[in-house]
Amino acid sequence: MRSSLMIRRPEPASDAPAAQPNRRQLLIGSAVVSGALLIGSCAKADLLSVGAKTPDFGALGPFVKIAPDGAVTVISKHIEFGQGSSTGMAAIVAEEMDADWSKVRLELAPANTKAYANTLLGGIQGTGGSTAINESWTQMRKAGAAARALFVQAAAQTWGVPTGEITVQDGVVRHAGKARSATFAELWPTASKLTPPADPPLKDPKTFTLIGTDRVQRKDSLAKSTGQTQFTQDVYKPGMLTAMVAHAPKFGAKVKGFDATAAKAVKGVVDVVQIPTGIAVIATGVYAARKGRDALKVDWDETGAENRSSAAILAHYHDIAAGKTAETWFPFTTVGDAAHAFDGETINIAYDFPYLAHATMEPMNCVAAVDGGKVKLTFASQIPTLDQLNTAMAVGTLPGSVEIETLYAGGSFGRRASPNSEYVMEAVHVAKHVGKMTPVKLVWTREDDMTGGRYRPMAHHAIQIKLDKAGYPAAWHHKVVIQSFMMGTPLMQGKFDGTTVEGVQGSPYFKAIPVIDAQAAIPTSPITTLWWRSVGATHTALAMEHTIDQLAARAKIDPVDYRRTLYKKAGADRHLAVLELAAEKAGWGQPLADGWARGIAVHESFGTVVANVAEVKLVDGEPKVRRVVVAVDCGTVVAPDQVRAQMEGGVCYGLSSALFGQITLKDGVVEQTNFDAFRVLRMNEAPLVETHMVPSAAHPSGCGEPGTPVIIPAVANALLAAGAKPTSSLPFVKA
Amino acid sequence: MALHLDINGKSYTVDVDPETPLLWVLRDELHLTGTKYGCGIAQCGACTVHLNGNAVRSCQLPVSGVTDGKITTIEGLGGAHAVQAAWVKHDVPQCGYCQSGQLMSAAALLQATPKPTDKDIDDAMSGNICRCGAYQRIRAAIKDAAGLAATAVA
Repeated sequence: MRSSLMIRRPEPASDAPAAQPNRRQLLIGSAVVSGALLIGSCAKADLLSVGAKTPDFGALGPFVKIAPDGAVTVISKHIEFGQGSSTGMAAIVAEEMDADWSKVRLELAPANTKAYANTLLGGIQGTGGSTAINESWTQMRKAGAAARALFVQAAAQTWGVPTGEITVQDGVVRHAGKARSATFAELWPTASKLTPPADPPLKDPKTFTLIGTDRVQRKDSLAKSTGQTQFTQDVYKPGMLTAMVAHAPKFGAKVKGFDATAAKAVKGVVDVVQIPTGIAVIATGVYAARKGRDALKVDWDETGAENRSSAAILAHYHDIAAGKTAETWFPFTTVGDAAHAFDGETINIAYDFPYLAHATMEPMNCVAAVDGGKVKLTFASQIPTLDQLNTAMAVGTLPGSVEIETLYAGGSFGRRASPNSEYVMEAVHVAKHVGKMTPVKLVWTREDDMTGGRYRPMAHHAIQIKLDKAGYPAAWHHKVVIQSFMMGTPLMQGKFDGTTVEGVQGSPYFKAIPVIDAQAAIPTSPITTLWWRSVGATHTALAMEHTIDQLAARAKIDPVDYRRTLYKKAGADRHLAVLELAAEKAGWGQPLADGWARGIAVHESFGTVVANVAEVKLVDGEPKVRRVVVAVDCGTVVAPDQVRAQMEGGVCYGLSSALFGQITLKDGVVEQTNFDAFRVLRMNEAPLVETHMVPSAAHPSGCGEPGTPVIIPAVANALLAAGAKPTSSLPFVKA
Repeated sequence: MALHLDINGKSYTVDVDPETPLLWVLRDELHLTGTKYGCGIAQCGACTVHLNGNAVRSCQLPVSGVTDGKITTIEGLGGAHAVQAAWVKHDVPQCGYCQSGQLMSAAALLQATPKPTDKDIDDAMSGNICRCGAYQRIRAAIKDAAGLAATAVA
């Protein structure tokens, strides 16, 4: 059932017979993914594309297509799960191409690692880490510019004029002197035979007419407002079956045995089969599959399962931080001599963070069809290269031959970027069992999704600070205890997973403090964890920014003044700029009536610096947030209204987690199974968010994640300003 | 069991277990996929449709109970409904998965209350979860569709 990756002598056919791999070959496969190894003179994209058929993209390349009517279609290699980055791709191409923006269309790229690799994700095809606009900025500009050059060349040739005298606007190519004009469609027969320039000239950003304007509206709004967008859940194919899987009630438990008699008696149930992650019920539709699964009897082997409750796991973390339990410590920032730096009186501050579910609106799902070594996946693949590799190993084929048609995703927030493609594998295993290219839709219910793990890991921070005479930190000791979802997987490079502490590591304050001793301990558990929108910042932003406000309060210095002093000392100009902008726009220092209080916080993640000022009041014991002023520096802004949308959405996602978000376990069983117990932010609790962008000509950085974490300390700091006790654990509302 | 349904002004006959929730009849039987599954327990609103003009959660509605009613789904809203036009104008959707349900709740609100207050919007829309956090654009779009001025901070 495992495959060879056949790296040295790739067989081209996707229906080649499966060979049994050896351990070495699997290791090579892993190493390829990790980016740690290149074999011989092969480029990694070639290795990862083994078995792929390379389509002839034609003169315009893999990112641009022209329809007979001249309409331009941009192919986004980054999946669209709400962040609007695919519209950004289209806008960048349209700008350089001088296409008619109103007619530009959008498609999502299928799996093809060679054509669609993400250089910021180690050369695999995938979306994540707020990289889309950042990574594709230059590539899309060149794609657009090369396309424009083709049409200019075609016009010059046709009209017998120099290319320098030709202008292009809204998809129409013109020569003023000869009073000639032609559309892209009219020029395409000539242009398609030309060779595009390798290094086409790019526009001076000062001449942009689309990028940076509110003309960049989403290309997917109409389809999403009429129910026409196709999500994975919406795939229906002739003869398609629906599968649901009975999963172990505890992490790390395995199937001991099962009785499918009653399940198979349910009308519409076609088959019941054991797969690596549980027992799959295969039926004609969702209702029958669910009834069948309800009727299934499964015995679970809980040897090796996580049997602890959340409180016990957290107590263990506290013991680790206190040195009561031996654990390997990874120092990640060490500055100055800590030997006597903490002598005398110190400030001690600690924080606890719960597990968090992503709770995307569309639960996990995948449509798979398998026949021998032939595989077609139809779903919202976030990291196609990994999904191809994992699928290839499961069915015994070449990764590049695994066909993936990419659909829109009903949210991800990190959840769909699963290193072991676990829900995809469930679809693949069932489809392999069914065979004959029969499409199988694997459906997770909300309950499967919420109890299925891959949570933002639980975390504990313990901080000890020695102050100088002016009330600023002279020495900072910081311990983080948290699981890693990278260590022990092929994604890991080096010995320590920096995502566990990013935001503490790299904090601008650390450049203004003479002594730093920061370390992390990484306990393990069968509970599966994953990146969750803004990753490390989901906990480090509160740990740093709420601590800063507590120190400012102790020193009786205004929190904005306190930060200003530290940022100036650290040379943190971008932090300083968003701090000043947010404070100014929020009316910082002006009194608020009726018990409302302001809190400010600043945090950088994924190269974007964000400040929030939140107006907060305790209402019936719960923090109510009515207004949030955001200042953001994300470099060059491609789509201002989508930056606003991401700041609005990020604030809501972060605020939801801060107010209500927690996954807890009782004796190893997840207690929240649906939105009745896993409370999330609703319309009546959503603040009004105002976004202000720092003008910048720098290379763009991402906005999908950086808007999320800052609201958490901003609310904690507002509560502190209102006279509440410092926040030491989340969520604010314990339920 | 053969059941007759009136959906978007069309007549359908389906042969299903009468306890099947309307949601799964719409989706698995009729392939009207605009109506979404989000939670199955009437907590998220992604499955919202109109039954005789009222917003209801189709995931908790046995199909046998709606054979006498007029059902409208997002496909039946017309595409040019005032809320749909406002949704596009304000670029409300992000991932978009919840938006069919949001639109059906909003359309029912405006049908019953053409000039809703912020409190009316809270009451009508708080049963619809949007994990992308498009809430303020949803509010703005509803007000725009109703011809009302935008909300300021209270």
